[in-house]
Amino acid sequence: MIQRSGVEVRLENLVRRYGTVTALDGLSLTIAPGELVALLGPSGCGKTTALRLLAGLEEADGGRVVVAGKDVTGLPTNRRNVGMVFQAYSLFPHMVAWENVAFGLQMRKVGTEERKKRALEALELVGLGRVANRYANQMSGGQQQRVALARALAIRPQVLLLDEPLSALDAKVRARLRDEIRRIQLEVGITTLFVTHDQEEALAIADRVGVMQLGRLEQLGPPTLVYTRPATPFVAEFVGLTNRLAGTVKGGSVEVRGVQLPLVQPDIADGPATALVRPEAVTLIGRGDAEEGPLVGTVLTVAFLGAVSRVTVDLGDTTVLAQMPTSAASQHPAGTKVRLELRSDPVLIQREEPVSTAS
Amino acid sequence: MTVAGSPAVATRVGRPLLGGRRFSLDWVGVLPFFAYVGIFLLLPTAVVGIGAFFNADGSFTLDNYAHLSRSYVFKATITTTLLSLVTALGGAFFGALLAYAIVTGNPHGMLRRLVVSASGVLAQFGGVTLAFAFIASIGSAGFVYLFAQSHGFDYYAHGIWLFELSGVALVYLYFQIPLMVLVFLPALDGIKPQWREATESLGGNTWHYWRYIAGPILFPSFIGAVLLLFANSFSAYATVNALINQGSPVLSQQIAAAISSEVGAAEPGFAKAIAIEMIVIVTVVTILYTLLQRRTARWL
Amino acid sequence: MAVATRSVQRTRRIKLQVFRIVVFALAAVFFLIPLAAMVEFSTRGINGERTLEYWTSIVQYPDMIKAIIASVQLALITSVAMLVLLVPTMVWVRLKLPQLSRIVEFVCLLPLTIPAIVLVTGLFPMYIWLGTNVSDSILTLAFAYVVLVLPYCYRAIDAGLGAIDVKTLSEAARSLGASWLTVMWRVIVPNISNAILNATLLSVALVLGEYTVANVLLYSNLQVELVHLGRANAGVSIAVAVASLMFAFVLLVGIAFVGGRRRRTQSEAVTNLGKGPVQGSAG
Repeated sequence: MIQRSGVEVRLENLVRRYGTVTALDGLSLTIAPGELVALLGPSGCGKTTALRLLAGLEEADGGRVVVAGKDVTGLPTNRRNVGMVFQAYSLFPHMVAWENVAFGLQMRKVGTEERKKRALEALELVGLGRVANRYANQMSGGQQQRVALARALAIRPQVLLLDEPLSALDAKVRARLRDEIRRIQLEVGITTLFVTHDQEEALAIADRVGVMQLGRLEQLGPPTLVYTRPATPFVAEFVGLTNRLAGTVKGGSVEVRGVQLPLVQPDIADGPATALVRPEAVTLIGRGDAEEGPLVGTVLTVAFLGAVSRVTVDLGDTTVLAQMPTSAASQHPAGTKVRLELRSDPVLIQREEPVSTAS
Repeated sequence: MTVAGSPAVATRVGRPLLGGRRFSLDWVGVLPFFAYVGIFLLLPTAVVGIGAFFNADGSFTLDNYAHLSRSYVFKATITTTLLSLVTALGGAFFGALLAYAIVTGNPHGMLRRLVVSASGVLAQFGGVTLAFAFIASIGSAGFVYLFAQSHGFDYYAHGIWLFELSGVALVYLYFQIPLMVLVFLPALDGIKPQWREATESLGGNTWHYWRYIAGPILFPSFIGAVLLLFANSFSAYATVNALINQGSPVLSQQIAAAISSEVGAAEPGFAKAIAIEMIVIVTVVTILYTLLQRRTARWL
Repeated sequence: MAVATRSVQRTRRIKLQVFRIVVFALAAVFFLIPLAAMVEFSTRGINGERTLEYWTSIVQYPDMIKAIIASVQLALITSVAMLVLLVPTMVWVRLKLPQLSRIVEFVCLLPLTIPAIVLVTGLFPMYIWLGTNVSDSILTLAFAYVVLVLPYCYRAIDAGLGAIDVKTLSEAARSLGASWLTVMWRVIVPNISNAILNATLLSVALVLGEYTVANVLLYSNLQVELVHLGRANAGVSIAVAVASLMFAFVLLVGIAFVGGRRRRTQSEAVTNLGKGPVQGSAG
C-alpha cells in the first residue's frame, strides 16, 4: 500500500433528528490528517449517526461535512470516496474474499487483471492472502472483518470509517484485531473515525477520544487526558471505574473522609459535594490493627484480573473499590481489616444528583 | 442441520446386539410418519406406476407407454409445458415485483400481514369458482367487458379468448402470483441492508447494486421459485377444466378423460401411463429445483 | 463545489414509494375485480337491484349445508392429523435423527411432484376397499388431504423449528425431569405456536379449496357441491364461494394479527434482557 498523508475532516454543527428525537445536537469535530479519532459512548448517544453522516448514508438536518477542504454535505455516498467497515454482515456472500475486495475497484473501472492484483495486495496487508478464494461463511468473524478492512482500503479512500467493527467478535480476537487495525492505519496514514461503545478499545488505539452522550460531545481529548481529567461526571463514570465519595469543598480543594484532595477545577464554590475517585488512586495499608477511622474498613471481595486485582472494601457507610497489582492485593484477603490511603490526584466534583447514565 | 448429541442427556436406549452394535429405538419415533406416508402417498403412486404396465385383462404390456406418442397426448404435453412455462415466468415476474413492494415496507406492519395472508388464501383459490369469478368480471356478460365495450374497447372482437389457452393463462396467474409472493418473500428478507450500504461506500450506484450484488444473490431463489410455479401449473386440473371442457388440451385433463372414457375402459393402464409421464416431467423440474437450492447453499 | 441539495436519497425514496403505490394499485385491481364480480353476482336482483336473497337462501339447499359442514370438519380433522403427524416427527428428527432430515423433507415435497389427479388415480382402488370395509364417510378424505398439505405445512413448521433452539430447550426440560410428552406439548409447541398456526391455516385453505380428489372419489365436499349447485342456481353457489373465501381470509388475518402481537412482546422481553447496567461504574 502506498504511504500517503491523510486529509483533514471537519464536522461542523451537525444536527440530525428522527421525528421528535434529536440524535445529533450540533456536533462539531475536526480530525487532523492521518489522525484516528474514536467516538465513544453508550447506545443512542449519536456516535453511529455522526459516522453515517460523514459517510453520506444519512442526510444531516443541519450543519456541514467538509473533507479535504471540500464541502461534501450534499454528496451521495458513492461519490464521497470513503472506506467503511461495518459491524457485521457486510461482506457480499456470493463473492469470495478477493472479489469482495476488488469490488470497489470494479466500480472505479479498474481492469480485471489489475484489480485482482490490487485486491490480493490489500489482503496481504491485512494478513489474509491465503483465504483469497474463500466465501464469507467459510471464514471466522475476525477474518471477515479483516477482509472488510482490506475492501475499504483497496479503493484508497480519503477517510476510513469504522462502525463498531469489533463488537461482534470474541474478546481475544477483538484485542488482537484492534491493534492490527491501528497498525495498518498508521502505516497507511489515513484519517480515521472509529466508533465504539467499548472504552478500553477507544483508549487503546485512538489519538483522541470523543466521549458522547445524547447527541453531544462531552469531552474530546487524548486518551490519558480523558481518563485522568474527565470533564464531566458522565465522562468520569463512563471511562474507567469510579468511586463516589461524599466530601466537602473548601478553598480550592475537597476534604474526603479526612483527606484533602486537589480539584480538577479548583475554582468551585465551597460546600458539600461528591468526589469521583479512581480505584487505582486507592491503596490499602494495615494488617488487622485495631484502628478506627473514616478510612478503616473490612475487605469484602478480591477480584483477580491477572496482572491487577480489584479489592472491594466495606467502610461501614459505603463501599470503595481499590485497584492494585495482584502482589499487593494478595496481602489483604477477604475479611481482613485495612486502612485506605487516597493518592492526591486531582478529582472531579459532582454537586447535584447524577444524571442517569443507563440508556 | 447436524448436531452432535450431548452424551449426558441423549436418551439413546439401546441393547447390545450382535457384535456389540447398539440397536437404537430412536427410529421408532419416525415410524408413524413413514408408515402413513408409505400407505397414502407411496402406495398409490406405486399403484399408478405399476398399473401402467398392465392391460385390462391383467397381462403385462408396454403398450400403454407406447401409446403416449399418440398425437393428442403429444400435443397435450407440449401445450401443458408451454402453458406452465408462461404462467410460471409471468407469475414469477409479477410476483417478484409484488414481493419487493411488500418487503420494502414495514416488516411488522398491517399491510404486509394483510397481503401475505391474502396470498396464502389466494394461492389455493382455483377451480370452478375462480373460473366463474373471471367469467363474471371479464367475460362477455361481465361488468368489465361491458364497461370497456361502452368505451369503444371491444377486447373480444377477435373471439372470446377467455375460454382459450390465453384466458386460462390469465386465470392461472391469479394463484401463481400469490404463490410466488409466499415463496420469494423469504429470499428478499435475507437481503441485508449492509450490502447496499457497502456497495454505496465502495462507489456503486443503484444499477451496480442490482447488477452485481442483489441480482446474483437472488437469482437462484428466483429460478427455484419459477420451477415451483411450473410444477404447480403443470399439475393443475380443476381450473382449466372449468374453462375448457372440450378436447382436453391439458395433460391432467387427458388423464381424467382416459379414466372415464371408453378408451379408458379398454385400456385402464393408459391413464396411469399418462400420469407417470406427468410425474416424470415434474420430477425433473423438482430435481433441478433441489440442485439449485444446493448451489445457493454454497455461500448461504 | 458541493451538489446543491441532498436530493439523491430523497429522490430514491420517492421513486420507491411511487413504485410501491403503482404495484399495490395494480395488484388490488387484478385481484379484487374477480372477487368483486363474485360479490356483485351473488347480490344481483332482478332489476339490477342489490339483494341478499341468494345469501339467505343458502340454508334452503340441504346438500350445500351438508357439504359445507363436511368440508369444515375435514379441514379440522386434516389440520389436527397433520400436526399430530408432522410436529413430533420433525422435532424427533431434529433431536435424534438429523441424518433423516433430508429424507423427510424430500418425502414432504413429493406431493408437489405428484399431481392430485395422479394421486387420486392411485387412491381410487384403496378408497373402494375403504368404502366397503371400513366406512364410506366423506371424512375419510382426510387421509388423502393430510398428504396434500404436507409440502406447505412442512415448510411452515420447519421455519418455526429453525427459529428456536430445539435441542437446548428440550435438554433443559429433560434435565428438569420432563417426559417427552411434556417436552413436546409444554415446551416445544408453545414456542412454535406461530408456525403451527400458519401450517393450520395453509391446510384449512387447501382443504376448503380442494376439488379434484373429492370429485374423482365421488364425494360431495364444498367445491364439488359448488359446481353441482352452480348448474342449478349460480347465485347461491357464488354466494357460498365468496363466504368460504372470506372465512379463510378472516381466519388468516386474525391469526397473523395474534401472531404478530405475540412476537412483539416476546422480542421486547429479549431486548430488555440484553440491556443490563453496561456502562458507568462497571466500566
